[in-house]
Amino acid sequence: MAKMTILQAITDGLRVALREDERVLVLGEDVGVNGGVFRATDGLQGEFGPHRVVDTPLAEAGIIGSSVGLAVNGMRPIPEIQFFGFIYPAMEQIVAHAARVRMRSQGRFSCPMVIRAPYGAGIRAPELHGDSPEAFFVHQPGIKVVCPSNPYDAKGLLLAAIDDPDPVLFLEPLRMYRAFREEVPEGRYTVELGKANVVKPGKDVSVFAWGTMLRVALEAAKSAAEKGLDVEVVDLRTLSPLDRETIAASVKKTGRAVVVHEAPKSAGVGAEIASVIQDEAFLYLEAPVMRVAGYDTPQPLFSLEDIYAPDAKRILHGIDKAMNF
Amino acid sequence: MQPTEQQQLPANNETLSNDLLLDMYRSMILVRHFDRRAVHLQRTGRLGTYAPLEGQEAAQVGCGYALQKHDWLFPTYREHGVSIVHGMPMETIFLYWNGRPEGCVPPEGVNIFPVSVPIATQVPHAVGAAWAAKLKGENQIAVGFLGDGATSEGDFHEAMNFAGVFKLPVIIFCQNNGYAISVPLSKQTAVETLVEKAAGYGVEGVRVDGNDIVAVYEAVSHAAEKARRGDGPTFIEAVTYRYGSHTTADEHSRYREAAEVEAWKAKDPIDRLKTVLIERGVWSDEQDAAEWERVDGLVQSAIDSMQATPPVPHDRLFEYSYAELPQELVEQRDEMRELYGKGGAK
Repeated sequence: MAKMTILQAITDGLRVALREDERVLVLGEDVGVNGGVFRATDGLQGEFGPHRVVDTPLAEAGIIGSSVGLAVNGMRPIPEIQFFGFIYPAMEQIVAHAARVRMRSQGRFSCPMVIRAPYGAGIRAPELHGDSPEAFFVHQPGIKVVCPSNPYDAKGLLLAAIDDPDPVLFLEPLRMYRAFREEVPEGRYTVELGKANVVKPGKDVSVFAWGTMLRVALEAAKSAAEKGLDVEVVDLRTLSPLDRETIAASVKKTGRAVVVHEAPKSAGVGAEIASVIQDEAFLYLEAPVMRVAGYDTPQPLFSLEDIYAPDAKRILHGIDKAMNF
Repeated sequence: MQPTEQQQLPANNETLSNDLLLDMYRSMILVRHFDRRAVHLQRTGRLGTYAPLEGQEAAQVGCGYALQKHDWLFPTYREHGVSIVHGMPMETIFLYWNGRPEGCVPPEGVNIFPVSVPIATQVPHAVGAAWAAKLKGENQIAVGFLGDGATSEGDFHEAMNFAGVFKLPVIIFCQNNGYAISVPLSKQTAVETLVEKAAGYGVEGVRVDGNDIVAVYEAVSHAAEKARRGDGPTFIEAVTYRYGSHTTADEHSRYREAAEVEAWKAKDPIDRLKTVLIERGVWSDEQDAAEWERVDGLVQSAIDSMQATPPVPHDRLFEYSYAELPQELVEQRDEMRELYGKGGAK
């Protein structure tokens, strides 16, 4: 098996999909000749041609809006939004159309597309290149939201998302793009959407995270172990729909929960997870669910980004609060 | 994209005074030197990702000189040239590219809106600011900047339409540098020229050689006078070229030939004006060398100020998120202080 970064695993997943299914096309700004600004589509236009890996005009609403039409008329578009923080012009197309086509047409039409977007901060990029607005989309019924944290899941979840009959927003943790390599199987395999993964079992407290924050949570768990705490770390992998079963099972075991995300705390996905926990595991709780998140300010310019996103220290602080309630 | 000879306004060098041409020339040298130093600072780890403008000096400096001090600029992330001319200190621009919040703040009395990163989103703002000037009866205009790729975004079209409908004192100034990151104009639009789009909104369109500073200056002056007379908006397409990459995180050799870049360098805006100035007998190679040295001192002093700026105080994360910090944010700030300290000067 080849060892790949998350970025290479995504390119590999796209290649598999483009090879297997003639309906699949990749479209977006700079995805063709340039191979994407992060090189996620590197080499694909050369292999599959400019009609299947398409440089579009610079227009996010146009990219997603035309993908709706492509999908409705039988194609399997994989549009790329260059940075998640550039998705706002396409909000209307996603919220008012992509997410509603199935219901609006009462099943007569559907909108199978995978919107890929690099996501999160931490690479000293300019403003709006580090936003984490996933909660806007988790809040919108009709579209699924997926975020891998490692190369194996990145490829498997991507191929599952492409197979999915509904629109999927696929968030790629850009700080982790080239951070580490793992073995990734050749060819097709999938990782089921809607299933979380207990990455590190533990008995004292459950930490829920995804994407870049999963790695930070593991780092915090390691530090906690030095203090004698056995932390369970759960990678949610899919943010919509949430894997309520795995979340509840973990909290029923540990009795304490910490949710971690880069996005601002208030009305973030962490709030929904806290609600799932009180719905499903209320009587097992030994402490309130702690949220360790970005502060309730706009994502700052990069001179302040290191104290904006949670780090291991802040997660440990949250773990301490959960343990010492 | 190949260099074009096409232009609608003649670059009539006779009409501008030697003093003005010399001032604009010195400013172009300053802007080019600033830009080269910024790229070098990024390469040596002393600046974050930076968007270079080399090659576009005439378009920006020529535009800047045709405006008045109280006019508004709504820049993209590549408008360092016109921003410097309009009164933004170089130190502030350096701070911006170092991810510092102070980098978005123009001095009092300088009407430069903070850089808009999302493409074309600032053009409607320029339209709104022009609308306000008209409502207040002020003799002020607004300039919205954009690139060729931005003409594909909805915000551009909506802004053009508003400008036309309300007949606003706004200049929508497009530097067509041939590329939106890697995507050439031929893949961006099916029309030959961007100026054609203006007609669809009842807005006067003017296309100029953006590497001819006289042509740019005259086009913007004409548009500004018209706007101040109450005769409405102008869309200007300044045809130019960026010699470097989209940003320091980009590599332009992936999507265009070196020969194309060289062909544009033969139309270099600074070389062209220098030739005119020497022909007129008001400039010499000796003066030129001295001028490059002089601007090096200016840019170095801005770099020194940037580097002497103390680390950012952590409270800056919270300040200005609202006029008055809500209680929940006060608590978050206090927790942040507990975890990370105050930051700032030691």
